[in-house]
Amino acid sequence: MAHLLDDDPRIIEFDVRTDEMLVNMGPQHPSTHGVLRLVLRTDGEVVSEVEPHIGYLHRCAEKIGENITHRQFIPYTDRMDYLAAMNMNLGWALAVEKLMKYQVSERARHLRVLIAELNRIASHLVGMGAYGLDLGTFSPFLYAFREREKILDLFEEACGARLTYSYITVGGLTADLPTGWLQRCESFLEQFEPIIQEYHALLTTNAIFVKRTANIGVMSRELAIDYGCSGPVLRGSGVDQDMRRDGEAIYTAMYEGYAFEVAVMKDGHYPRDHDYPAVPADAVLGDCWHRFFVRMLEVVQSMDLVRQAIDRYSACKGPLGDPVKLTEKMPAGDAYLETECPKGQMGFYIVSDGSAIPWRARARSSSFSNLAVTHELCRGCLIADVPAIVGSLDVVMGEIDR
Amino acid sequence: MADFLITTLELPAWLAWSITAMVAAVLILNVIAGGALVFIWAERKIAGRIQDRLGPTRTGGKFGWLQSLADGIKLLAKEDLMPDGADGMLFRIAPYVSFCASFCAFIAFPFAFDFIGQRLNVGVFFVIAVLGLEVFGVILAGYASASKWSLFGAMREAAQVVSYEVPLGMCVVVPVMLAGSMDLVTIAEKQGGWFTSWFLFHDPFTFVVFWIYVTCAIASVNRAPFDLAEAESELVAGFHTEYSGLRWSYFFMAEYGSMFLVSALAAILFMGGWNGPVPVASILGLSEGTSDTANYFVRLLGMINLLGKATLGVLAMMWIRWTLPRLRIDQVMATCLKYCTPLAAAMFLGAMLWQIALPGGLVPGLRRPAAEIREGWLPGPGGAARSVGEDAGTVVKVGA
Amino acid sequence: MRGPGFLEQLEAAVPGAVVGKNLEALDPWIEVAPERIADVCAWLARSSPVRFDSLQCVTAVDWCEPDPKKAAKVAWQPHTEMVYHLWSTPARASLVVKAKLPRWQADVPGQPPEIPTVCGVWRGANWHEREVYDLSGVWFTGHPDLRRILCPEDWEGFPLRKDYEMPLDYHGIRGR
Repeated sequence: MAHLLDDDPRIIEFDVRTDEMLVNMGPQHPSTHGVLRLVLRTDGEVVSEVEPHIGYLHRCAEKIGENITHRQFIPYTDRMDYLAAMNMNLGWALAVEKLMKYQVSERARHLRVLIAELNRIASHLVGMGAYGLDLGTFSPFLYAFREREKILDLFEEACGARLTYSYITVGGLTADLPTGWLQRCESFLEQFEPIIQEYHALLTTNAIFVKRTANIGVMSRELAIDYGCSGPVLRGSGVDQDMRRDGEAIYTAMYEGYAFEVAVMKDGHYPRDHDYPAVPADAVLGDCWHRFFVRMLEVVQSMDLVRQAIDRYSACKGPLGDPVKLTEKMPAGDAYLETECPKGQMGFYIVSDGSAIPWRARARSSSFSNLAVTHELCRGCLIADVPAIVGSLDVVMGEIDR
Repeated sequence: MADFLITTLELPAWLAWSITAMVAAVLILNVIAGGALVFIWAERKIAGRIQDRLGPTRTGGKFGWLQSLADGIKLLAKEDLMPDGADGMLFRIAPYVSFCASFCAFIAFPFAFDFIGQRLNVGVFFVIAVLGLEVFGVILAGYASASKWSLFGAMREAAQVVSYEVPLGMCVVVPVMLAGSMDLVTIAEKQGGWFTSWFLFHDPFTFVVFWIYVTCAIASVNRAPFDLAEAESELVAGFHTEYSGLRWSYFFMAEYGSMFLVSALAAILFMGGWNGPVPVASILGLSEGTSDTANYFVRLLGMINLLGKATLGVLAMMWIRWTLPRLRIDQVMATCLKYCTPLAAAMFLGAMLWQIALPGGLVPGLRRPAAEIREGWLPGPGGAARSVGEDAGTVVKVGA
Repeated sequence: MRGPGFLEQLEAAVPGAVVGKNLEALDPWIEVAPERIADVCAWLARSSPVRFDSLQCVTAVDWCEPDPKKAAKVAWQPHTEMVYHLWSTPARASLVVKAKLPRWQADVPGQPPEIPTVCGVWRGANWHEREVYDLSGVWFTGHPDLRRILCPEDWEGFPLRKDYEMPLDYHGIRGR
């Protein structure tokens, strides 16, 4: 019977094809986290290809770095990942210190840990809130910003700035903490701790949130490593790597004596150092939910580190030490150092010809590598998944375009 | 009122009816526009409070109560832009189509026993059908905007609203079946007395149906978590991406009008309409029919009651909107086709069988028929209570 | 792994590729012949005892002194140096691979020097190489999609070159 139908000349096969459409998502689009432009090739709601176009925020930071001294470059690092400027300062300062073989005082070391981890919390709060926004819920964003404001208040007291701090600098920090700061920091942590449960209720365990993120944009560990992804994106895929533990000596020495467990899923569960909601049944390792969840765990982890740092810092009676001179000469040679920033591993590469001005200043941005994987993750997803996937990578355009 | 014009002022019938219609239209328009003003302000305040903010505080002195008016003036002053490649006529007409649909549905909507533009014996059907027309405006807007995002929004809206009409219709049929009438006034009157006689508590099936109705109603008026047509993190602003100024505000008003309508419809279909949780009027000894003033007063109370319930519904929608993330289009469709529709059908069947098995309810005597409460009732003044058709007369005794 | 045994294995696998090394530097590095870079990277990523499975960073350093007075004093010849920072996730170890290129292909100014792409080894190299091409002007042969990434597509010149001059005008926007 079938062959009869096949040969029937009256049957005409229509090749019904709807045209694919090219849609520009961004650079002015509510969900692209700044000036990212994604060109989507869509067939109806299904996205067959995503091509990110970047460079709208390019400010030639590397070229500027070749014309000013190492310490003068600190404010430019602020403007890379402006949500975690302290971590950027720290990355550059440590890279220069590595080249100079400079050792900061013990007090400065603990203060750096304290400040960097506090900024990690602030950065993850924005990442979490903005992710809610990407998925269409507005309130968690403001709950996150409410808490972030308190961290910014603390930073403002410490260094006078709320966004671009330039606080951590080559050879130490620009100033010591004002009196009473540690108590205010402690009371912030105290009141912040229960609020995390609120975030879990609104997002992590919310049924719609889970539906939107679980099993979406699944990234295998091989893919993540191949693309050089780092930070929560890499750990969300189950790769046990954290530069604070696995990095170079000059960086890991900073965290020496600190107890923390890398937030990564091992043998089917996350480290049980605090109370956290169970992994939903339909979440797959490497999906958007896990990337988000790793960030949430790191907030708790950072809070713990801040507490440890407060203890150690206040136990340190030695001097803070002064930063190096603005025009302090660097030895000829090159040094590359990756630090664990909230968004991932931020690498700074300095080539020096022996003067105070770097011959070449290179910033290896974590968001840059993390964003490069977008087109792999978005293949065949729906339009609504694109913001969900890009949001889960938690990129900052200032860092990508530099 | 028309009768009054004809008999007392001796106006010709056509003029009298036209004036009556116009008065009704103006009243309804003001309800929508005024309602929208209040609800937009409320939404700002509620969103603010939910998000640990204050919302508007200064406009108009206290609580920013004039904020919506200020917004309106701003919208009036804005330039009316139209994209270059847009289909001019359709682009201009789309907001009016949306707004008219939302507005027209109020024509057959009773605010109290005889506070109604035009009582229809197929009131429910009319309201649902006309409200469904709103989607045309949205599709036109999306199509005519010459913007891909608008088109996406319109396609989503078309898919979503049309599919949700099915379970919504099934949910609405349940109270219609219980009341034995499609007349909204009759349906509300059937639930008179205490809240125990509400259809919401009629039987377990109607209770479930109510929640399905809520889900479908939110979806059919495009509120979060079903606001896919204007999903701002995905489609910029969806179908109204290219609209500005007054045209955009028509869409806005239509949205708030529909929101109010579906909540008020829920109040009539499931929560007794103007019949309160507690029969305040009869407790106070104010029974309808004793005097014109008493009649009027009772109806005013009823209207406040209904508006209060509808407002509660709208507030609940706002609460949901500012709490939940948005679903994805395929999940929205799955919710409709896989859960809401079969569930609504099953509940419809259940409610029907319940009616056959236990016509008096679980506890006999708990629910008194409305006719008993309304014993001795006489029609309102000036013949305002006009009964249309047979079924309206089954409950309401229309006197001379 | 950074010891001589490792280098011997590399020499055996890709003969004649390694042309220099400094294992005592802050970041130990090996220098390879530019045309062998893809082979060396493929061996490092797939066959070496320490699998460098991740490419962290690709940098081009332009060694050129535009000021003739200073240029007379420097010890080096003008060249472009490619620096690849490799990372091994299983061993948590890093390695730096360098390659020396002429500043311009065949000494024709404006003609970018060429080096084989490592996109076939690490997919993540794609964007890094595009950035190096965009800013430093190195042409990666065999790259699937070598376009400018940060600068506009019609930008002229390579900004991170030491002798780069900012254009006076770009589409009516004043440059200097």
